[in-house]
Amino acid sequence: MSARAISDLVVPRSGQSIWLITLSAAAMGFLAVFALALSVTSANLARGWSASLAQTATVRISAAAAELDAQTAIVLDVLRTTPGIAEARVMVVEEQAALLEAWLGPDLPLDALPLPRLIELRETEEGPDRQGLRLRLSAEAPGAVYDDHTRWRRPLAQAAARMRTFAVFSLVLIGAVMTAIIALAASASLASNGQVIKVLRLVGAKDRFIARAFVRRISRRALLGASAGTAAACAALLTMPELDGTAHVLAGIGLQGMGWALPLVIPVLAMALAWIASMATAFYVLKGVT
Amino acid sequence: MIAFEDVSHDYGGGPLFRDVSLRLEQGSFHFLTGPSGAGKSTILKLCYGELQPSSGTVSVLGHDLGKMARDQLAETRQRIGVVHQDCQFLDHLSVAQNVGLPLTTTGRELAESDLTDLLGWVGLGDHASALPPTLSGGERQRASLARAVIAGPRLLLADEPTGNLDWDMSQRLLMLMVELNRMGTAVLIATHDLNLIRFAKAHVNARVLRFAGRKLQIAGAEL
Repeated sequence: MSARAISDLVVPRSGQSIWLITLSAAAMGFLAVFALALSVTSANLARGWSASLAQTATVRISAAAAELDAQTAIVLDVLRTTPGIAEARVMVVEEQAALLEAWLGPDLPLDALPLPRLIELRETEEGPDRQGLRLRLSAEAPGAVYDDHTRWRRPLAQAAARMRTFAVFSLVLIGAVMTAIIALAASASLASNGQVIKVLRLVGAKDRFIARAFVRRISRRALLGASAGTAAACAALLTMPELDGTAHVLAGIGLQGMGWALPLVIPVLAMALAWIASMATAFYVLKGVT
Repeated sequence: MIAFEDVSHDYGGGPLFRDVSLRLEQGSFHFLTGPSGAGKSTILKLCYGELQPSSGTVSVLGHDLGKMARDQLAETRQRIGVVHQDCQFLDHLSVAQNVGLPLTTTGRELAESDLTDLLGWVGLGDHASALPPTLSGGERQRASLARAVIAGPRLLLADEPTGNLDWDMSQRLLMLMVELNRMGTAVLIATHDLNLIRFAKAHVNARVLRFAGRKLQIAGAEL
């Protein structure tokens, strides 16, 4: 057997601290996948919501049934002559029903509801003079209200950004807790293997050799545990229900496409953290052992 | 090779020995003898830096052990073979792996045949893959000696290396140390066994250091 192979064996395989490292890495890997998925999801939602709401607006016309068609015609006329409006289109009843379906369910008796008429606008990149448009509409069609979705878009974007911050903070927290657990476990492992350290010291082993013997064992266990935890979490994410019916609102939830490659980073990162934490701990502990 | 200057040691209950000064040259062969508790093992531990003297300086291979960084001390120990009285091993490794540890820790490889020859010489040829806890006291001492000599040390320190061995095996192991000494290794053996000292003197120019009171002195011709 080569010297390198034997140096891998100088630390006994048994020991509770090694199991603690494996289990904690598995748990942290599992949680990290969900934090990562939350981070990716919030970014996707923010992007999706912004993209779907940007450069769109709505004019809502509330008027008595007798005046509704006349006011609609006036509003369409105003919109056609307003710079910055690329397209204006009256939404048909089926489209309004589809919008309300998410809240009130299917088979909605629209005739029984006093629904306003909706005109969907597509704006140019420059967009219209919004304040001027509001003034013209209030003057020519008092029942028309221009809504550029700002009041929806801003809180949605803020919520998504906050979610992403929480997710990233969770990832940092998970990494910090795992590092602390591994440092404690490494310290316990070194303490419980005092005899091994003593023998290695007596035959002339340097700190680096002794530390590496422990660090290799600990890092491998962290990699193994984090890989198992990551795999379990990915399997759990795959069991999430399909969101076909609400895709327009919740599109981008979970990991999708190339996003599934991101969890592969977690075991590698866990091993790197374990290596750093255990190496630092080993050198610190070995300082006190002659 | 080894230089003690006014070395005293105290475990907390008064001085074990006082103002010990000695100089062991390269290629020398010394025995260290004296009553139990006189400080023989302590002298050996001071030689490889497991203990630091209460006062005075200990230099080994030209370096003051008290001023060494840990890695420097490790490098010095790589050139010292030690046979401990309590024969400490890594119990989860085989005898062969334990014997090869001084090479493993420095990344050196040992030819399988050399290891087999060495284990055969100390009478452990059939125990190469045995685990240390399964060995008898005498077998552990022989394995400890094999580990001490495997890297070709410049200094060999042995604490009662034949304490659990029969006379034939004791002579055999002593001859191994004599051979090493002939190749330039300085040898210092702590022992109670006067027969072993007499046997050695017939083969090598060995000197005897004896504790008398709390001082260490060269023994007379009676040894």
